[in-house]
This record gives sequence, C-alpha cells and structure tokens, in this order.
Amino acid sequence: MWYENLRGIYYIALKDMKTYYLKPPAISWGIVFPVAWILAFYLRNPRNFEELVPGLIAMTVLFSTTAMEVVVINFELRLGSLERLLLAPVSLSGVLFGKILGGTIFGLMITVVVTLVSVISLGIFNVNIIYLILVLLPSLLVFSSLGALLCVLVKEVFEAQTLANLPRFLMVFLCGVFMPISSLPPVLKQIAYILPLTYTVDGIRQSFGGAGDIAIAIDIVVLIALIPVLILPATRLLARRFV
Amino acid sequence: MVKAIEVSGLIKQYDGLAAVSGISFSVEEGEIFGFLGPNGAGKTTTIRMLTGLSKPTAGNARVLGYDIASEITKAKKTFGVVPEQSNMYDELTGLDNLVFMGQLYGMPRPEHRTRAEELLKTFGLFERKDSKFATYSRGMKRALTITAALVHKPRLLFLDEPTVGLDVMAARSLRAIIKQLKESGITVFLTTHYLEEADILCDRIALLVKGRVVVIDTPARLKAMAEEKPALEVSFKMPLVKAADELGRRLPGLAVVKVDDRIRIYGGDADVVLHAILGYATENGTQVASVSSLRPSLEDAFVKLTGLSPLVMAAEKGGR
Repeated sequence: MWYENLRGIYYIALKDMKTYYLKPPAISWGIVFPVAWILAFYLRNPRNFEELVPGLIAMTVLFSTTAMEVVVINFELRLGSLERLLLAPVSLSGVLFGKILGGTIFGLMITVVVTLVSVISLGIFNVNIIYLILVLLPSLLVFSSLGALLCVLVKEVFEAQTLANLPRFLMVFLCGVFMPISSLPPVLKQIAYILPLTYTVDGIRQSFGGAGDIAIAIDIVVLIALIPVLILPATRLLARRFV
Repeated sequence: MVKAIEVSGLIKQYDGLAAVSGISFSVEEGEIFGFLGPNGAGKTTTIRMLTGLSKPTAGNARVLGYDIASEITKAKKTFGVVPEQSNMYDELTGLDNLVFMGQLYGMPRPEHRTRAEELLKTFGLFERKDSKFATYSRGMKRALTITAALVHKPRLLFLDEPTVGLDVMAARSLRAIIKQLKESGITVFLTTHYLEEADILCDRIALLVKGRVVVIDTPARLKAMAEEKPALEVSFKMPLVKAADELGRRLPGLAVVKVDDRIRIYGGDADVVLHAILGYATENGTQVASVSSLRPSLEDAFVKLTGLSPLVMAAEKGGR
C-alpha cells in the first residue's frame, strides 16, 4: 500500500508539472510577482538591496508554490479528473500529497533560479548552503500545503484565488520581508510569530549571514511542524467531498 | 467460483435521505450486467460505492472477492471505471493520458506505452495519439476514457451511462466495443437509462427505481413478464376512418385500438383475426399494407414492473 502511494505521489507530481506548472502563466506568476515587489523597493532604496534578498527569496517561495496550488485541486474536482486519480490504487492522502509535491518541485525550481541570479549578480558568497536548504525545503512544503488547504476550504477556483491573497499579503507585510519584525508594534509582532513566512525569512536571512530574531534551529523545527498541521485538515476537507 | 460483484443490503443516505435503499444483487464473471433506471434511481451512487469513491451508510459488497470497505486498494487494481463524464486531462495528448494511467497502476515502463498504443489502435485513435485530449470530438473523448479504464487490463469494467451525449453512429460503435469487451472475457457492469441499449447489450438487467432493485432477470424474461395477450398490428394501403369500429364489430370480445394510421387487435385466434382483416379490406376496396405480430418491448416490461411511465426514461434521452 505504502509503495503504491509513493508511486502515485511521484507520478501525480510529475503529471502536474507537465500539465500546469511548466506553462508560461505559472512561471510568470511565480517569478514576476516577487520580482516586481522587490524592484519597487530597490528603486526606492538601491543602496541596501542586499538586505532585501532574503525577503525576495522568501516571497518567491510563497508565490511560486501557492500560485497554482490554490487552483489545481478545485479545477480537477470540477472537471472530474481528480476522481480519476482516486479510482487508481492510490489513497486520498496520497493524491493530495502528490498535488502538494508538484507545487513544491515547481517552487523549488523557481526559487533556485531566483536565488542563483540574486547571489551571482550581487556577489553574495557568504551563504551557508546547508542552512539555506534546511530552511527552503520545509518552507516550500509548508506553502504548497497552505495552497492546498486554501484550495479545499472553498469550492470554486476563483474563491480560492481570492482567499489566498489574504494570508499572502498579510505575510508579505508582517513577516520581515521588507522591515524587521523587531520594528513592528507588539500586537503585529505577535501575529507575525504565528505566520510561517516569518520563519522562512528569518531562516534565509541567517543563512545569508544576517542577524535573526529567532534561532535558526527553531525556524526549521517550526516549519517542519507546520507541514502536518496544514496537510491533515486539507486531507479531511478533501475527504468530505467524497462521503 | 468468485462472483464479479456481490452486494448485500447496501444503503447510502445523504442527510437522512436514502439514495440507495438496501439493494442486494450479484454479478457473474463474464456477463454484461445492466443497471437500468431513471435519473436519480441510485445507479451512479451504487457505482461510486462499489469503486471506493463513496462510503456506504450500511451493508457490504465484494468486488472480485475484495471487500470494498477493507480491501478497496486491492480491488481497484482489478477493475476499471468509465465515469459518465469523459474526465481525461485536456492538456495531455491521448497517448500521454494513457501512459499516465499505466504509471498510476504500476505497469512497467515499456509495457504501459505498448499497451497504450495497442488500445489506441483497437479504438481507432492511433492517428490522433499525439493530439491533445481537448481537441478530440465527443465520441473520441468517450473512446479514450474507455481505453484509460482498460490500460491496466482489468477483469471488470464499470461503465456509467457510456453513450450519453453521443450521436447515433458513435453510440452504435461504442456498443460494438462493449460487446467485444465481453467476448474478451471482461465482466461489464453497465448503468444506463436507455432501455433499448440495455436490451441489446445486457445478459441480465436489474431495474432500479428510487434506490431499490425492483427485479433482476434476462431481457427476454423481463419482456415475457410483460406479455399478456398476443397482438397483431395492421395497416391498410388506403386508411379507412371507421376501420377500428368495424373490425371491433367483426371480432367480438377482442380489444381493437387505433394507433395513428394503424390498428392493433389484442387476443383471439390469429387465423380468425386475419380472415376478418382480409374480409374487411376486400369489402371496402382496399388492400392490407402490413400485418405484424407485436412482441412486448423492454419498455413495456419496465412500465409493467415499475409502474412508471416510459416518459420518465424517455424524457432524459435528449431527443435521441
């Protein structure tokens, strides 16, 4: 059973890459949106751009993973093609994880490109690769799982896209992408600590040799812990569609 | 010998309302079993339960010996499902769709492609194997959806309303394919609300009404159940206005009914009835255009056994 699930997860992720992710709209949304934000901040203050790189990478992780993930499940439910996956010898949680893995792989590809371009163009070479990988991988899974959860919370594709903007923009402004969390008012600081992007930004910043607000080990542990916290309710909500 | 499907007391309720009310039946290996009923009778709900897409509220079922509650993953390897909706991936080509299905079922790498190509040839889709599913005609989409259910060589195929929305020619060729599947040893569980389709294809038929199985038997026996009196239908070359009344007088005790420009005569000895018809035609200066013996149709059986109007089924045919 576990072997069949693993096989199903792998092929569903590959199929999603082929059908949805490697298409111009997905790539442009995953890259263009974070780059546009950063460009706006760069034009305002070009001297401290290096400080914005961790935020740029974190936003790329957030947008590249969630952009299509909030759409694909409801899209396939509407077309009936998700049922086709469930008719194969793969469990419902296996199908969902396959979808999440597809978003994660796509996010990883986009994030690697954005990170390499940023690092090489700005000559940032004091990067702790191990820390960066340990922060990025769970972050990609967390935001892909968040996309899946937001998707199954509602029934329509457009509802999920609208709903996803709320946590995305909240995180962009509160999680230390553009300004340190320490400079936030106490109430907003508390909110920031319950948002996953805070730990991604903080972890990436420390991987780039910057000072963090939280120990990097805690960043990584929190991110790993958030994966099942998001996947379990998403699985239950999806299962309700097949009672 | 293991039955292809064994269902016992299967119940499905949604918010307290019964969609399927304690049905029991069994399907033998190698037969085409028809599940016939109007829309909302519980046909698709039953298929969804048997294929693991929905959990029964009560009762139990085994598919090719596997319990659907505890062994559904094992069961899934043995059956294929063709849902009412042709739900392959628009963005993938016909070949890629089938290869993906083979991968999901764990077929080895060279085999799933060979099998996919073989099926595409069988179903006349090979020329379009590299075209995206979105560009296929409705009939081709239906055919590819069936091939997708056959990639992993199932022993049992669930077909949910396979010819809905197809034109006459596409529906006819699909029925031929279903017969070929039976000849190749595959058990077919077919839901339909097309009475004539069930009559042509099925070895046995279960009539389902409001979530209950009313009767299960062969089409011939179901039709025999509807047969009450023999009937003859006659038409004259020159239609006569009072023919029915006059024949009624000549054949006392028999029911004579005018149906459009034909006359139906129920009961009586065929020789006596024919003499009366020929005598009437001669006396009135016309000739008999046709005489036929009427046999009850599956529709007659459906009406008699379910008490429902045939319009309940015909209304959904969309003009076919």
